[in-house]
Order: sequence, then structure tokens, then C-alpha cells
Amino acid sequence: MSFDLSSDYFSLFGLPVSYSIDGEVLTQKYRELQQVVHPDRFANASEKERRLSLQYTTYLNEAIRVLKDPLTRARYLLELKGIKWDDEQSTLSDPVFLMQQMELRESLSEVREQSDPFAAVADIIAKVTAIIRSNTLELEALLQSDNQDDWMVAKNQVRKMQFLNKMISEAEALEAELEDS
Amino acid sequence: MALLQISEPGQTTAPHQHKLAVGIDLGTTNSLVATVRSGQADVLADESGNRILPSVVRYQKEIAPQVGQVAKDAAPTDPMNTIMSVKRYLGRGLDDIKKKEFISYNFSKTDSVVPRFHTVAGEVSPVEVSADILKVLRKRAEASLGGELTGAVITVPAYFDDAQRQATKDAARLAGINVLRLLNEPTAAAVAYGLDKKAEGVIVIYDLGGGTFDVSILRLNKGVFEVMATAGDSALGGDDMDAVIAGWLMQQAGIDIESDQAQMRRLMHEARRLKEALTDSDCVDISIERMDGSVWQGELKRDQMNELIDALIRKTISPCRRALRDAGITTDDIKDVVMVGGSTRVPRVREKVEEFFGKPALVNIDPDEVVAVGAAIQADVLAGNKPDDEMLLLDVIPLSLGLETMGGLVEKLIHRNTTIPVARAQEFTTYKDGQTAMSLLVVQGEREMVQDCRSLARFSLHDIPPMVAGAARIRVTFQVDADGLLSVEAEELTSGVRNSIEVKPSYGLEDGEVEQMLRDSIDHATDDMEARRLREQQVEAERVIEALQAALEKDGDRYLSNEEREKIDQALSGLQQAQQGEDPQSIKTAVKILEKTCDAYVEKRMNSSIQEAMSGHKVTDFEP
Repeated sequence: MSFDLSSDYFSLFGLPVSYSIDGEVLTQKYRELQQVVHPDRFANASEKERRLSLQYTTYLNEAIRVLKDPLTRARYLLELKGIKWDDEQSTLSDPVFLMQQMELRESLSEVREQSDPFAAVADIIAKVTAIIRSNTLELEALLQSDNQDDWMVAKNQVRKMQFLNKMISEAEALEAELEDS
Repeated sequence: MALLQISEPGQTTAPHQHKLAVGIDLGTTNSLVATVRSGQADVLADESGNRILPSVVRYQKEIAPQVGQVAKDAAPTDPMNTIMSVKRYLGRGLDDIKKKEFISYNFSKTDSVVPRFHTVAGEVSPVEVSADILKVLRKRAEASLGGELTGAVITVPAYFDDAQRQATKDAARLAGINVLRLLNEPTAAAVAYGLDKKAEGVIVIYDLGGGTFDVSILRLNKGVFEVMATAGDSALGGDDMDAVIAGWLMQQAGIDIESDQAQMRRLMHEARRLKEALTDSDCVDISIERMDGSVWQGELKRDQMNELIDALIRKTISPCRRALRDAGITTDDIKDVVMVGGSTRVPRVREKVEEFFGKPALVNIDPDEVVAVGAAIQADVLAGNKPDDEMLLLDVIPLSLGLETMGGLVEKLIHRNTTIPVARAQEFTTYKDGQTAMSLLVVQGEREMVQDCRSLARFSLHDIPPMVAGAARIRVTFQVDADGLLSVEAEELTSGVRNSIEVKPSYGLEDGEVEQMLRDSIDHATDDMEARRLREQQVEAERVIEALQAALEKDGDRYLSNEEREKIDQALSGLQQAQQGEDPQSIKTAVKILEKTCDAYVEKRMNSSIQEAMSGHKVTDFEP
């Protein structure tokens, strides 16, 4: 893609390269850029313009998606710092975290047997959300650091968040199933 | 240089000429066409003043198909040749249709997976039936606007999958309509509602039509309509209510399940009448003539009907819940709940929707016309009639897109409710030594197993250089455009072998089939195909010339050296010359040459407008 506009997603929206971002500015700038590049502005234009517009808008949508979500934003920021992700190979070796995960998983699998399955699943979602919140705070501090060691810790933290997010979506899917049955 | 001005009688090449663009609501039960005239969006009526066109087509021997009310009236007497609710079949395979439907047709056995209705006029596919409806709307628009259409925005249920969208686009092409955009129905409704009521904030569009259900949650902010989430059921609507009521009638009147289709059509018709009557009254009298001429008389109370349709209404509530969850909001965040679609006239539907969202459902807009009106507003913007308009629609993909992986599992590449356009790539590898080909199955849906999702297309990447298992790197890229349509590209990265497909769904028509239908259709047989093609190319040339002239006038001097400008002017007059000739091919070539010559210029213009938007300044701000 010949998008020689900026070196990173942050500057695309005029934001400093940093974990904490101003959501208002992000949304506002996103809308302004969409006004210029969106395919609706080129419905009647030449093929070349339509193709460019599609590419730019796709890029813009990817950029905001990555920056909006704290997890993908952290991942992306670490990539900018030169951290590589080899998701397939690496495993987490944090016994405390793994134990916590197993316990949560177990309670998730037992939700249906509870007297109030809705409350049980809501409880799990609340627990995981709380862990995610405290992890996000830790991440914020780690990502502000200039120390490479901190980035490696951050990397681990991100991977834990991926597990936690997955658990949230599983819990929500279960909640939806309960509601629909 | 003075640019040549070409005018044919009755035409003008004045810049900013108002383009004839329409919005079309191709509905299960009814279809409408609307346009914006002097700033006002209006539904267009036929010569007798009817604004609504029943989506019914009747095929007869050796005469053109009848469309609309005439066809609808003939349905009980000519059930097998009169196709109703064709939208339920659009973009679907025979397998989907075999699932029990109350109304049935004779389907021909063919090699194609696309169902074909067997009628006295021959076999017709759902795409052709839809095209016959669209043609009538096109002609209505051209007659009432007095000219050829630049293009149309056609609405589709937000929950339509790729195959159903593609089929809609094929139908438009067959009807001779240039599709400016496929627009999601609830989004169209939000546009009409939002602009009319000057609404801001989060709104819900609950759209229950004749055969489809959508719920969309949008954030409205200064002309930007951002869809946060959408959910629905593309086979659920008023038809299903009629079917359960008709089933009850059969039971009550002791009518055999094996009744003929004419009887079934009459029952559906009666069921619909009862449903509509119970909107205002609490009880309605029924009188039904059985096959043997005897008559059954009875009554249906509203409470009884509510009991019959409650299960169907419940099926619309789970998607509402899912949309809220996906949007990450609760009912407290919602400002308005807007009811769209004829089936929201049923009081029980309103009751249940209000109960779920905990606020009154707004019924102060015309549920039949609002979608067409929204589409017309969007068409007006897309045609370029409002160059300074700030309206912008940011829509999402309704269903996740993925690929089959080992063991029949689905690997999702693009998740539902992602803003479009979007592209996502994923790498795969070979699993056997020396493997030189790879077959990919593209699926759409939320379930984990391939068999539970919709198979969209299967395609293969060949000529992979033989390597040990796991060494090849095949990158598959999914691109979804602003119409919500998918194209897929696969590339072997170590060798650069690539293969790309427009996802022509397994349930869609082959490219050749659409061409063949174009040739076969009665309409076009009487047309002079040559003349038509020439006219199309001339219109296209005109569009290109106009757009370029406007651009050059605005900023040609800023971005082009004298030499570059000369080349463009040359190509431009080349096209203007070709346009006066009679050869469609040479016009086409001249357009290509002109566009190629302008490539660099176009890119510069776009990049600088993005730079402007990024910096928040206009380039002209820096000029002395």
C-alpha cells in the first residue's frame, strides 16, 4: 500500500506515541479523516480514486481499531518498540496466573449447575474485568518506561490480557446462550 | 486551453449538473423508489398515484411478466407462476429452501445450486424475479424524473450475508441499474429519521419487515452515522406471522395439510387480513370456504393471535440483546428506539420491544417509506449533488468471515460488527511434504464448525513450489468493501504465486450466467444491444470528463507541471473525440488512457487532502 503518510497509527491521528491516549481526539480526528477518504466521497470517481479510497479507509479503520482497544494498543506499542510476537511458540510461565485461570475456567464450566446461573456468570465477568482493569494500570506504567526489561514484563502482561479477554468473550457467549434458552 | 463543450439536444454538460439518482427499497412484501428533488426526499408514484409496488411477479406464456398489484391479485388463482416474497430466496441455495416453508413453488432440477422457479414462461431464478421488480422501479423513476438514472442506492437487510448481497447486486445489474452503494436498511432508516428529527446520540433501529429482521444500534453525531452493532435474522418477518396464523386457521377449519397451493395462498391472504385487522380491533370475524365448498365461520381475538406470534417476536429480542452487548452499551444509554418495517404495526411487537428496551418505541415515521427515503438521501450525496455535505455513514459487517482450518473448524479473520471497509490477512502453511496446491473454503457465520456456517466459496491456490511441510507461507487476505462485499486474495510468500477471487458465492450465479440472462431477457431482446452499449460508454465518458474538468479547474495548476498538464489535456481531447464517435470500444479505451495519464495527479490530490485533514489546515492556508 502506498500509504506514505505517517510512520505509525498514533501520528495519523495527531496523537503522541504513548499508551494513554485522548479518546475524544482520536474519535474526532478519525471522523475528520473519514470525511476526506471514505468511499462515499468517491462513488462517482475514477477507478484509481475508488481503489485508493478503499485502501486509505481500510487503513484508517485498522488504525482506530488497534488504538481504541487497550490490549491491541499495548501490543502495537510494543511492536513499535521492536518487540516481536511469536504467539504460537511461547507459553506463559506464571504459576499464580495459571492457577487463577484454571479456577476461573472451572467456575465457568460449572455455571449451568448453579442455582442462579446468571448471577454466577455475571460474577465471573466482574472478577475478570477487575483483573483486566488492574493489569491495564500496570501496563500503563510499564509502557511509559524506557527500560527494555519493563517492556518484556509488559509483553507478558499483554499475553495475560489476551487470555483474560478470551475468557470474557466466552463468559459473554455463555450468558447469551443462557438468555436465549 | 479552452475545453471542448459537447452538447446533445436535451442535454447539457454544465458542471454540477443535478444527477438523477434514486434510492430503492427492494422489500420482501413491497418495493419503493425515492429521490431527492429540490432538497426534498420523495417517494415516486406510478401513473395511477401508487407509491408502493407489491414485490410480486407473475410469469405468463409469451408475454412480459406482470409486476405489482396485478400480479398480487392473481396469486390465489395462478399460484405457481406468481412469485411472492422472492427476497426470501435471494442468494440462497435449494438446501436452505427445502426447510419447510408454508408457501411452496415448483423448483426445477438443474445442475446449479441456485434455485429456479418452474413457471409457464420457463425457469426463472430469484435474481431474475428481483430484476423484474427493479426494472419496473427504474422505469418509474426515469419516467417521473425525465431522464436516464446515474445510479441507485439499493437497500439490503443489514443481516444479509455475502451471497445475498451479491445476488442483490446481480439483480440490479440485470435490471440495467448502476449500483452506487448497497445500503443496510436500518442505516437508511437512521439517516431519514436522524435528519428529519435532527437527532443526536445513540439510537436503535428495530426493523421488522415482511421476511427479514434487523436491529442496528447507531451513534449519531453531527451528520456522522456510525453503526455500533447490528444483529438480526434474515429469514424472519411478517410472512412468518401470517404462516402461523394460517396454520391455526387450517386447524380450526379442519383443512387438510395436503391442500393445494391455491388454497394455501388464500389462507395466507386471509391470515394477513386478520393480522392487519387486529391492529385496531380486539376481535375479528372469519369466514373460510373449504375445498368442498362448505364454509367455516369463527373469530380470532387479539390475545389469541398474540399467543400465536409470541414465539416469533421472542426471536427478535435475542438479537437486540446481542447487539447491545456487541455495542458495549446498556438500555440506559439509548436515546430513541425507532420502529421500522410494516410488521412493527402489530401492537404486540411494539409492546415487547418497549418492554425490552424500557422506553417507548417511536412510531412517528412512516415505517414503509423511511428506508427508501434514507436511501434516496444517500444516493443524492453519492451522485455528487451535494459536494459540501458532511453526511457520512460508517457501517459494519453483520456476520464474521473466516476460513476452514483442520478438522472442520473455522478460523475467523474478520469479526462481526467490524467497521467496513476492512481488510485482514492471515498466514497458513502446507501440511504435507511437496504439497503444490491448497484449497480454501471461505465461510460466514458465528459458529465454530464449518458445517454450521454459511459456505461462501471454495477456491484453490495452485503452483506452490514443492517444499517440506510447513515451509510454504500462504497469506490469505480478506477485503470487505463499503457494500459489505468480500474479495479474497491468496499468495504464497516465498514464491509470489498469487490467486485472487471476487467471492462469487457458491449460492450465486456464475458471471457467465448473468451475461446470458442479460442477453435472454425479453427486455433486452427488443433493445438494440449495440446502441445500449454505446450509450453506456458515452455516459461513462461524460462522467469522467466532468469529474476531471472540475478537478483541474480547482487545483490543476498546483499539482501539475506544464508538461504533465499537456499530456492530460491531450488524453482528454482524445476521449472527447472518441465520445463523439460510434464505437463503444474506442471510448472505453480512451477512458482507460485518460485515467492512466491522470494516475499520478489523482494520487497527489488524494494524499494532499489527507495531509490537510491530518494537520487540520488546508494547503491553501499556507499560500500567500
